[in-house]
Amino acid sequence: MKLKDIIGGISRSESVKDIYISLFSILLALIIGALLIFLIGSSPLQAFTVMLDGAFGSISNIANTLSKTIPLIFTGLAVAVAFRCGLFNIGAEGQLYLGAFFSVLTALKFSFLPAFLLLPVAILGGIISGMIWGGIPGFFKAQFGTHEVVVTVMMNYIGINITSYLVNYPFKAEGWVAQTDIIPNAANLPKLIPKTQLSAGLIVAIIAALAVYFLLWKTDFGYEIRAVGENPTTAESGGINIKKNISLAMAISGGLAALAGVTQSLGVYERFIDGFSPGYGFTGIAVAVLGRNHPLGVILTALLFGALETGALKMDRVTEISNDLVIVIQGLVILFVAAPEIIRSILKRRESQ
Amino acid sequence: MEIFNIINFDLIPLTLRLAVPIALAAIGGTLSERSGIINIGLEGMMLTGAFGAVYGSFLTGSPWLGVMFACFVGLIVGSIHAVLTIKYKANQVVTGVGINILAMGFTTTMIKVIWGKEGMSGEVKNLSDISIPILKEIPIIDWLFTDQSPLTYFMLIVVILSWYILFKTNLGLNLRAIGDHPRAARISGINVTKYRYICVMLSGLLAGLGGAFLSLVQNSLFVQNMTAGRGYMALAANIFGGWNPLGSFVASLIFSFAQAIRFNMIGYNIPDQFIQSLPYILTLAVLVGAGRKTRAPEALGEINE
Amino acid sequence: MTLAIEMKNITKQFPGVKANDKVSFNVEKGEIHSLLGENGAGKTTLMNVLFGLYKAEKGEIFLKGEKIAIENPKQALKKGLGMVHQHFMLINRMTVLENIILGMGNELSLNKKEHRKRINKLAGKYDFAINIDEKIENLSVGMKQRVEILKTLYRGAEIIIFDEPTAVLTPGEVEELYNILNMLRDQGKTVIFITHKLNETMEIADRITVLRNGKKVSTIRKEDTNTNKLAQLMVGREVEFEVEIKEKKPGNEILKVKNLELLLGKNESIDLSIQQGEIVGIAGVEGNGQLELEEMIMGLRKVKKGHIYLNNKEITEMRTKDRKKMKIAYIPSDRHNRAIFKNFTIEENILLGYHYKLPFCKNHILQKDNLKKHSQKIISDYNIKTPDSGQLIKNLSGGNQQKVVLGREVSQQPEFILAAQPTRGLDIGAIEYIHNLLLELREDNKGILLISADLNEVIKLSDRIAVLYEGKFMGLKDKKDFSRKEIGMLMAGEMIDSEA
Repeated sequence: MKLKDIIGGISRSESVKDIYISLFSILLALIIGALLIFLIGSSPLQAFTVMLDGAFGSISNIANTLSKTIPLIFTGLAVAVAFRCGLFNIGAEGQLYLGAFFSVLTALKFSFLPAFLLLPVAILGGIISGMIWGGIPGFFKAQFGTHEVVVTVMMNYIGINITSYLVNYPFKAEGWVAQTDIIPNAANLPKLIPKTQLSAGLIVAIIAALAVYFLLWKTDFGYEIRAVGENPTTAESGGINIKKNISLAMAISGGLAALAGVTQSLGVYERFIDGFSPGYGFTGIAVAVLGRNHPLGVILTALLFGALETGALKMDRVTEISNDLVIVIQGLVILFVAAPEIIRSILKRRESQ
Repeated sequence: MEIFNIINFDLIPLTLRLAVPIALAAIGGTLSERSGIINIGLEGMMLTGAFGAVYGSFLTGSPWLGVMFACFVGLIVGSIHAVLTIKYKANQVVTGVGINILAMGFTTTMIKVIWGKEGMSGEVKNLSDISIPILKEIPIIDWLFTDQSPLTYFMLIVVILSWYILFKTNLGLNLRAIGDHPRAARISGINVTKYRYICVMLSGLLAGLGGAFLSLVQNSLFVQNMTAGRGYMALAANIFGGWNPLGSFVASLIFSFAQAIRFNMIGYNIPDQFIQSLPYILTLAVLVGAGRKTRAPEALGEINE
Repeated sequence: MTLAIEMKNITKQFPGVKANDKVSFNVEKGEIHSLLGENGAGKTTLMNVLFGLYKAEKGEIFLKGEKIAIENPKQALKKGLGMVHQHFMLINRMTVLENIILGMGNELSLNKKEHRKRINKLAGKYDFAINIDEKIENLSVGMKQRVEILKTLYRGAEIIIFDEPTAVLTPGEVEELYNILNMLRDQGKTVIFITHKLNETMEIADRITVLRNGKKVSTIRKEDTNTNKLAQLMVGREVEFEVEIKEKKPGNEILKVKNLELLLGKNESIDLSIQQGEIVGIAGVEGNGQLELEEMIMGLRKVKKGHIYLNNKEITEMRTKDRKKMKIAYIPSDRHNRAIFKNFTIEENILLGYHYKLPFCKNHILQKDNLKKHSQKIISDYNIKTPDSGQLIKNLSGGNQQKVVLGREVSQQPEFILAAQPTRGLDIGAIEYIHNLLLELREDNKGILLISADLNEVIKLSDRIAVLYEGKFMGLKDKKDFSRKEIGMLMAGEMIDSEA
């Protein structure tokens, strides 16, 4: 019943055309990616075959794809929730670093807790740090009208520097590597498939997606957030508190982004490592935009991007093509989705032919 | 007296030098936003320009051709932003962010493709500094004419020229009108679309030129993501400066000062991360504090008239 | 008689509506020609085609007998056409001088001195007392309009189009405008005057062309017609000018406003009392404090000085949410930015303001079935043209959108209704519906505050009328104690001898 509701919700409130736009954008971006591959002298067909195999070719490959999907679901949800309130959260990267660090710190400092409590408390510690880091730009926007794009970007640098300092000085483990001590076993997110990177973080991600859907469309809190995003002055005349909702949306967004770091630290690395993120926060923007800021779209897009990145790693090993090409494709995707008119005009031309 | 070891007159020339990329991009931002188009993509345009400069110098052996290539490349990226936002009415912030992400990925990939290395290009011929004879003998301001990059002088010219055009000519009057009330401008016979295209493309060119300064003047190679947020600082400088080239220039000096201080902090037992954060914290403080007091073009970001 | 302009068979299509349907009309040189029609008749569209802002699908335009094609405003300006727009096309933070020379001259120098001399001379010719170094944002509405007129004259316009020029003027300023128009005609200019106001047309026009539903109905000389005939042509049927309102005894006081300062720095305040079962109409040209009054009552604007009471309880400092809990219904003047969410469904629009409590919300969870039922009832009760409640509200016409807003508010059984510019921009059918609705609510013992720039509407519906001018009430009396002329004078700020 719920899935039908969700799909029904998408096709009614966001027109089906929007989904076509997303699909078309992916196709177009992939085509251009293929062109680039061809231009630098390699075979697009070989590249994509290798990528497909790298992403789905074996159980361990699928596990890798899914594990790369997890942080993208979180950052995608984070950016999507902020977008729904009319806000641009470019700070997911900083927020996830804080989440990663403070969840580990909580696990280390609260190790005296009984096992069944330690994991949830550690996760909570990470979420709260992210909510604060997201709430600050939200506060500035609400109170002073400061544009959140530059604020969140600045806070990325500041946040990453803060955690870098913490892991290089006071909380550094013995040895050369800039990382913390290993967290107690009880604070580990258990692995779903042994001997892979795939942790129970996937379950947390899916729960988070469901929670976001429920919040935004089934509660009055979510209605207010979406109302402020759709038209703040109309929302205000209906008694909705704009400032409160802006701050709330950014805090929730920060907490979701933080979970990306939390699940990586508690589920994959079992400690905090300086510089561990390959840019999940920025990829999350592409995920949210392509996923039409809807939890289901975010999950599907995160899966696509996870597959792209896992496949690209293999492509990087096996061929001469750098895996950074994937970032190119992601950037292209954003551009195409940002300009639906391009897609619409292409679709119109196809219709008239 | 420790403080004088950190803040002293030696910082002045360094501050001016470090301000060049930010100021150029900031003025680019001013132009774009005065025409009503938000340009978040300055970071990406700067990065692409930095790469283009190194690639140009690598191909031709001439740093000047590298600089020109940077301008060309910046112009192209600016055109992408222009076409998407003006012709296809895309969301300007999303497009800008998309360009930044695209630039990051593209330039990093190309390092491997061209030089086969990870993260850093090979060394290329960079743009040497010059000293101006006679003028460099003048006391007190001798530093202004000694060991400066030609691009620094170019930046100063851009600041003054753009200020003059914006506020003292019909061209500038028309442009300012477009940012405040595009419909009124259109009805007065102004070709709003043409002005917008030119301004956004110029903003790409200027940001690209700023990038060239980073890679060919401050360094002699390209490092991945070497812009490190300067494009965003340029945005803040524009806001702080009140969408005015002179103001953008002064604001850029403030941000570059925070970067310059870093060099005097080496040797003190302050963790690198704190010093590195200074420019970003300063940008943040400026935005929150001054952001309310300056007046943006009234129709900034609106494209449906 | 030479024809200044001739438009033949102009057809302009927009998605879903034919704004101009084979419209042909001509304007003689040196005349004042009124283009008359109600909202949505196609007048502004036709003139936008003439001015190069739109391109017509079919039809031809002739200027002084010569066929021309106008692709953009720049060409129109070159051909001697000028337009004074309803919503001024002026840059607020620039000066009068800068606005006038905008887009003119060579691009590289600002020749302010030369222009200043010439503009002052031109202004003197028409008796405009204007400081051309003043910023637009500091000027009065009447002054701003003069700047618009100067702009067109400075570019050598021979034919000047005025789009609803009196919509924002007080009756006094309207008189001054008539003088200007006559002066223009004396100088040999040709004037086209777009309006929906019958009395002004009869006052100033030489010839009148009536448009209805995109088609031209008739072109007629002023001498050969009167307001009644024109009204019939505009609407297509007999029009009621007077409406019989039943006598009613008002009940308890529901809204009280004391010493409320609406506009900063004017040192004026208002007192107001509204009873259950009466409609109090605030007449006046927009910009005299109406928006401030509306927003202060709803808690959307801070009150610096004064007090507001609802049902004897002070609400001056109360949040909007709490005020709505006290059974106030709010029909905002700005429909697009205050009343509706364009990209939300009808249901989600009906939810606004009532989304956090029963029956639509229980324990923070939205009750979609209750919402759907309620929405369907509103759709049928208010005769809203839509297939279902899940439609996006932007697909509805303006009149139907306003009905959704009314339905949302009135269905919550309010005690007091604030209706601000409730029929602005709507077609006659919707206007009549809303008027009847308001009268029914009055019958039902609700207290209603009607704020409207449409004098006819205020006179038609209200029990008592107040005229708002520069933040002050110029008279607040029973309708029967006012004459129409008095109201007009009050709108212009002239005090009336109360003995008269």
